[in-house]
Amino acid sequence: MQASIIVFPGSNCDRDVGHGLRSALGTEADFVWHTQTELPPGTDLVVLPGGFSYGDYLRCGAMAARSPIMGAVSRHAASGGLVLGICNGFQVLTESRLLPGALLANRTLRFICRPCTIRVERTDTPFTRTFREKQILHFPIAHYEGLYFLPGNELLALEKRRQVVFRYASTDGVADDSSNPNGALNNIAGIVNERGNVLGLMPHPERARDMLLGDASGAHADGTDFWKGIRDWADGRLGQ
Amino acid sequence: MIDYKQAGMRRSEYETTVRALGREPNETELRILGVMWSEHCSYKSTKPLLRTLPNKGERVWAGPGENAGIVDIGNGYGAAFKAESHNHPSAVAPYQGAATGVGGIIRDIIALGARPIASMDGLFFGDPSHPRTQSLSSGIVSGVAGYGNAVGVPTVGGKTLYDPSYSENPLLNALCLGIVRREDVISSKTAQPGQLVVILGSKTGRDGIAGAAFASVELSEDSKASRPSIQIGDPFIEKLLTEACLELRDKGLIVCMQDMGAAGITSSSSEIAAKSGVGMRIDFDKVPLRAEGMQPWEIALSESQERMLLIVQPEDYEKMAAVAERWGLDCAIIGEVTEGDRYVINWFGEEIVSLPASLIVDDCPEASWASRSPDYESAWTPREPSRSRDSSDMRDTLLRLLRSPSLADKSWIYDQYDSMVQTNTIVGPGAPVSLLRIRENGNMIAIALESDPWKCSLDPFRGGAESFAAGVRAVAAAGAVAIGATDCLNFPSPEKPEQFFELSEVVRGIAACGTELQCPVVSGNVSLYNESASGRILPTPVIGVVGLIEAPLSWIPSGNWKPGDRLYLVGKRESSLAGSHYQNVIDGKVSGRPMPFDPEMERSFGKLAHVTARKKLAQSARVLAGGGLAVALAKEALASGMGASLEIDPSTNDDVALFGEGGPRACYAVSEQDVAAFEETWRGFPCSYIGAAGGESLRFGSVSLPLDELRDAHSSVPENNGRRD
Repeated sequence: MQASIIVFPGSNCDRDVGHGLRSALGTEADFVWHTQTELPPGTDLVVLPGGFSYGDYLRCGAMAARSPIMGAVSRHAASGGLVLGICNGFQVLTESRLLPGALLANRTLRFICRPCTIRVERTDTPFTRTFREKQILHFPIAHYEGLYFLPGNELLALEKRRQVVFRYASTDGVADDSSNPNGALNNIAGIVNERGNVLGLMPHPERARDMLLGDASGAHADGTDFWKGIRDWADGRLGQ
Repeated sequence: MIDYKQAGMRRSEYETTVRALGREPNETELRILGVMWSEHCSYKSTKPLLRTLPNKGERVWAGPGENAGIVDIGNGYGAAFKAESHNHPSAVAPYQGAATGVGGIIRDIIALGARPIASMDGLFFGDPSHPRTQSLSSGIVSGVAGYGNAVGVPTVGGKTLYDPSYSENPLLNALCLGIVRREDVISSKTAQPGQLVVILGSKTGRDGIAGAAFASVELSEDSKASRPSIQIGDPFIEKLLTEACLELRDKGLIVCMQDMGAAGITSSSSEIAAKSGVGMRIDFDKVPLRAEGMQPWEIALSESQERMLLIVQPEDYEKMAAVAERWGLDCAIIGEVTEGDRYVINWFGEEIVSLPASLIVDDCPEASWASRSPDYESAWTPREPSRSRDSSDMRDTLLRLLRSPSLADKSWIYDQYDSMVQTNTIVGPGAPVSLLRIRENGNMIAIALESDPWKCSLDPFRGGAESFAAGVRAVAAAGAVAIGATDCLNFPSPEKPEQFFELSEVVRGIAACGTELQCPVVSGNVSLYNESASGRILPTPVIGVVGLIEAPLSWIPSGNWKPGDRLYLVGKRESSLAGSHYQNVIDGKVSGRPMPFDPEMERSFGKLAHVTARKKLAQSARVLAGGGLAVALAKEALASGMGASLEIDPSTNDDVALFGEGGPRACYAVSEQDVAAFEETWRGFPCSYIGAAGGESLRFGSVSLPLDELRDAHSSVPENNGRRD
């Protein structure tokens, strides 16, 4: 699998995703500067990393969504290629309308960085095939604007189309207000587009990836499984 | 024309400049000298004291005199680190003051060619019930978060204390640590004639003009009118500046680099000139400006943030400009390194400043202040012997201590900090010591930030040594060897003899600890005049201790009790309530004399703690600190999510034994199979079995405290600082 990590001015998790892919898969990603207008040939996965693109000025992700490279990212998505937006990358995806909805300020009106658990709602996407239905993953969160919002009827439609892939939930799988760190509607932590090839999520899989950083629950494998699942899907498709 | 007083100079200082120049300085020169000779820039009151600090060692690559210290962490890599205060700005404009404090220390680390990988913050807030404390503390915390999170440097830990002395004058100390390969280290001492002086980063504006002078006087009601002296930070530009500087470093395009902090262009350029032993010409009309009509002296003293001064070879400039353009940063040639010693500023072809660089940087006369010991003895008379207590007292005391703002859980602060970005954080905030993986060489770094203002107020020598030793112990318990330290000295005015004595004695204590424990103090800063009409701050030395754990990695976490683990207390049973959290919370004032500094015990503790970690003979370790043995056990229990049965009966142990502080002591949790080896390791050092881990409550003899009750107390947050939901 060839991954391209887009670097916007102000991205700060680009190198972390690169490390994550290297340690999970042993592969080197391409780092693509935002002023480029084409992705490197052979790109299977585009990652929009976390951080503060353009300083989060105007609105989180709004300026990055209008960067030159985003034309190529949209074309990649339209042709069925995989696009993954993490945290600020998720915000870029909603701002560029590759995903519906918006990420608003946390209900605490504070930045929140802490370990977090999410529940897998779908295993039939390219990003979640290695997981079990309702499996709990330990992916930390670190954001100020992470409250997923969509007007009521659209939210219903989103749920009906099964676009919700991850929900904030307790370690025993309960998704309720007490397991919701930021006030996201329906505890939504991650969604896909209708076609299933574009995923945005607020938690950081690249921060949950190795033994040294693993928390006491022993869930450090979740990050590795996440990347391996995407790789297997991408490579399998290429082999078809 | 302003006079020397308006420039912030003393008469004797002015006379020194006239003698050295053989003429009177002109207005721009006077303003420059006034700021460069301010306490903040010149360290004129503390230079003789700072010279007594140990700063040499086999591992020291760079010490005082550079932008930060660097110590060898193995395999050709060094850790560059420094702590710095940003107290006055944070008192007046908490968000921006704290934000730019974080930004400034990060640039100091970049200036050495290092990639910043971790920050820490020392926060000292006033009485939680004081009306200003809530807005100051939440503003300062938001400022640290807002800047650090966006710039992508994790805030991995810190120290937060509350005392009424900080109500009007809160303290914000920021520490940053970066990693650099030996051959990539950039110095500020290697400029050569013919090289270009380049400014990189933000444009220069009117913000922060003469902030250094502002930081060199007491805060007053007028300080609110000093808002124009407050710098405004932009972490987005800082992130771009970081990446641009590191790219320039990798391409070998930088000869010298210096952060523009206090006194901006003037200090950065004149310091490079003086340290390199060369002259310099700066053309102020070439400086990119963001405000119209700026006068030369404003350009000279602007403290606009996110700017770096670089010295580059003329043939490299085009390549450099291309890197700057890629990162969207302004970049301009503003002068040239020259032969000789002249520091010259031109303004549209006219020479407006011509001073010897050494005069600006080195020749400020040292200030010597009278020193007189206050009457410590009367406070040292022993406090009345502890009452024998009934069991409800012990329970109540422990809960009150856990609930006190200085000892309570700080997650309301550190949850606002991105502590994980860069994915090197193995142990982050909330633990006694923070641990970082060093990707470059497979080793680990441990950092602890410590301060004990109350003990310093009772016995400044012992308090200074204790503040430092506490950090050394904390990294040792985790399994690291302390290899270097940085100190931020936050004090009131040195011009009062008792206060100068206090400062001198604290420094003597720090020097004694560093020397005895072979831990050089490689960087630091001094912040004086932390007082206002309503009082002065406690003597507050903040010490950051950096420890190294070499591969193959073996370390001991805290808060990691397993059911059945044997609990041990190592260290002397004797301790003291003098200057303790107990006195603060229960008695409402401190008295008595803190424990003496015992270098022999400290060294033995360090050695044995290290062996314990290398052999992995314990599951969990926590040094005894604020609140003594009882609070350490409660914190271990809470972090482990498990209680313990302790053979410590409150009816036979007085408050000193339960809550006393001072000296090298720790509690360890040891697995059954390691008991013999653990006891053997600690033979010859005081070591006693105190109980076993397990259950849902912490049981001191007949006193049983359910974990839920401990957690409720510990998780209480100062009024209005809790989460909204």
